[in-house]
Amino acid sequence: METITQPWPWYTAGIIIGLIVPALLILGNKHFGISANLRHACAVCLPSNIPFFKYDWRKETWNFFFVGGILVGGIISTLYLGSGDAVIVHPDLAQELASYGITDFSGMVPAQLFSFESLFTVRGLVMMVGGGFLVGFGARYAGGCTSGHAIMGLSDLQWPSLVATICFMIGGFIMANFILPFILHL
Amino acid sequence: MENKTNQHTNPADFEVRSLDTMCVNESELKHPWYYNLKYSLVGVIFGIVFIKAEIISWFRIQEMFRLQSFHMYGVIGTAVVVGAISVFLIKKFKVKTIHGEEITFTDKKFNKGQIIGGLTFGLGWALTGACPGPLFAQVGSGAIVILVVILSATAGTWVYGKFRDQLPH
Repeated sequence: METITQPWPWYTAGIIIGLIVPALLILGNKHFGISANLRHACAVCLPSNIPFFKYDWRKETWNFFFVGGILVGGIISTLYLGSGDAVIVHPDLAQELASYGITDFSGMVPAQLFSFESLFTVRGLVMMVGGGFLVGFGARYAGGCTSGHAIMGLSDLQWPSLVATICFMIGGFIMANFILPFILHL
Repeated sequence: MENKTNQHTNPADFEVRSLDTMCVNESELKHPWYYNLKYSLVGVIFGIVFIKAEIISWFRIQEMFRLQSFHMYGVIGTAVVVGAISVFLIKKFKVKTIHGEEITFTDKKFNKGQIIGGLTFGLGWALTGACPGPLFAQVGSGAIVILVVILSATAGTWVYGKFRDQLPH
């Protein structure tokens, strides 16, 4: 039980995530991808006569079931499989975050940044609403997110997915190292 | 209805759909809705791994982009190796689905979106500390406010769809 409640090492996680690729293929010829759900959500709720959202989303319902499972998995894991310990953060990062007043490392997301109170601050608004918007817009513009490009696309040796993955990383490096410090100062 | 039939037979449309990671390999079989629950089960396992390996932790993503930890590189790297071996074996032995259907792959076509969209996505990823999958697991872990992030990501997707024709591809 100790092995389960402690944080899992990268290789365990990597192997299981890698096996999701053949699992979905063998269960029903489904290609691993998550951001497509956001498009399906648009197609269901607000197609607004936009051609990009006019398709038979009923054929894609499996993906809603898939993300629904992720949500439930998150609940199960947090309620029953957790050790209750705070995430161990690299000392350099901890020090940097402390200088912005972020000292609570108990949750998966820093409560001082991601909370309903924080939503009404400029910093929280930029990070949650702005960040979310960039993720949704960018993933669809790129034709997929980390799952569709970095995992599924690279597994199928698709070079456009490699381009996308490299660009994901470049974008992340720029934000984390050069822009985020200013946002966290807000 | 006529329009719909065209949508699935038009080859240009097929290309657009495959570029957009749409389901181009749709099943001819009709199953009752609860057949989809098997995908939920895979999702549950995925969600548990997300939390247990701290992949959905905002801190882990920050460490990754600051080169302070190997963890995320190890996770993604191992996943790609395992995924690639699996895809290779499925292709080599022409493995079929559990319902006896063929497993198909569609090549991705390069366009500027993978660069511009990729960079945009990366900027957002480092802000939220989560890509779309982990966002759902974060909500599951009790961070209900992340629903706002998901809603905003859906809005981003909608805005992309709205202005798709004006954007360079």
